[in-house]
Amino acid sequence: MIAVALVWVAAAGTAVVLTRDPLRQAFVAGFFGLCLASLYLSMQAGDVALSQLVVGAVALPFIVLLALAKVRRPQ
Amino acid sequence: MSRRTRLTVFAVAAVGLAVALGIGLGGLPRFGAPASAYARILNTLSVPQRHATDVVSAISFDYRGIDTLFEEFILFAAVAGISILLRPLGDETRRLPEDQAAGRRIPPPSPAVGLLGILLSPLLVVAGLETVTHGQVSPGGGFQGGVVLASALFVVYLATSYSVVERFEPGALIEAADGAGAGGYVAVGILGLLGGAAYLTNVVGLGQPGNLISGGTLPILNAVVGLEVAGGFVLLAKEFLDQTAVIRGGA
Repeated sequence: MIAVALVWVAAAGTAVVLTRDPLRQAFVAGFFGLCLASLYLSMQAGDVALSQLVVGAVALPFIVLLALAKVRRPQ
Repeated sequence: MSRRTRLTVFAVAAVGLAVALGIGLGGLPRFGAPASAYARILNTLSVPQRHATDVVSAISFDYRGIDTLFEEFILFAAVAGISILLRPLGDETRRLPEDQAAGRRIPPPSPAVGLLGILLSPLLVVAGLETVTHGQVSPGGGFQGGVVLASALFVVYLATSYSVVERFEPGALIEAADGAGAGGYVAVGILGLLGGAAYLTNVVGLGQPGNLISGGTLPILNAVVGLEVAGGFVLLAKEFLDQTAVIRGGA
């Protein structure tokens, strides 16, 4: 269980680095956060998994998307 | 700075980092090592001492409550900073987004997305409240639940439009929630002083372990933190969306 989650985290983390477009990277990073949360859950750290879920899979991609929308607004 | 100098600086810094990191990682307990003495003590004490079945909440809101106070104010300061940074300037005007082509309206989100939003947003509110209120019993708490509560509003934005979601975000109320949440933590800490003990001491009745109302100040602190985090995240989204969608730049 832990090994599967670790492989997920490694694969998703590599995918985040290899994604060059910031817009796509926001989504891949969100998925990476989800993988990390499953890793923490498999280690029975429920509180940490929940925090990781809301920060990594909700808050972080959301802030990145908002910032991108702000930067890309046609002047 | 030439390329050569930059590479030299990088090499020195990289070697320094590698050494420090190596020493630090070498000192870590190995994977799956038994829990530390401190962890074992807290595991055995949190139920008899604080009547809280979730040890993590007991640590973050009681044994280490002052750390969480500062963490909460980090978020508060960050949100306040962003509000100041993204305020409408004198030469900017508010105008609702519209399609630049004459006589054409922005297409509304598809009905499927609308239905998903209708189903998802109340579920998120319930899940958020559940997470906030059950922090002392099971994994969860104010921080996590607050973000879930705020994300319910993000889903409303996703499923409708900006002008609809603006009605759900009365600015004064949201700012008040953010401030009251942050100030509430300080006020609960003063309860300890009033009870004749140290700041943030758990002086409220502890209740039955495992019940919804148990753990003394833990559920109160979770509620104020939930209020602050939910208010802070909604305010954050509002400021950013205002800047992106409504405020038109001046000169």
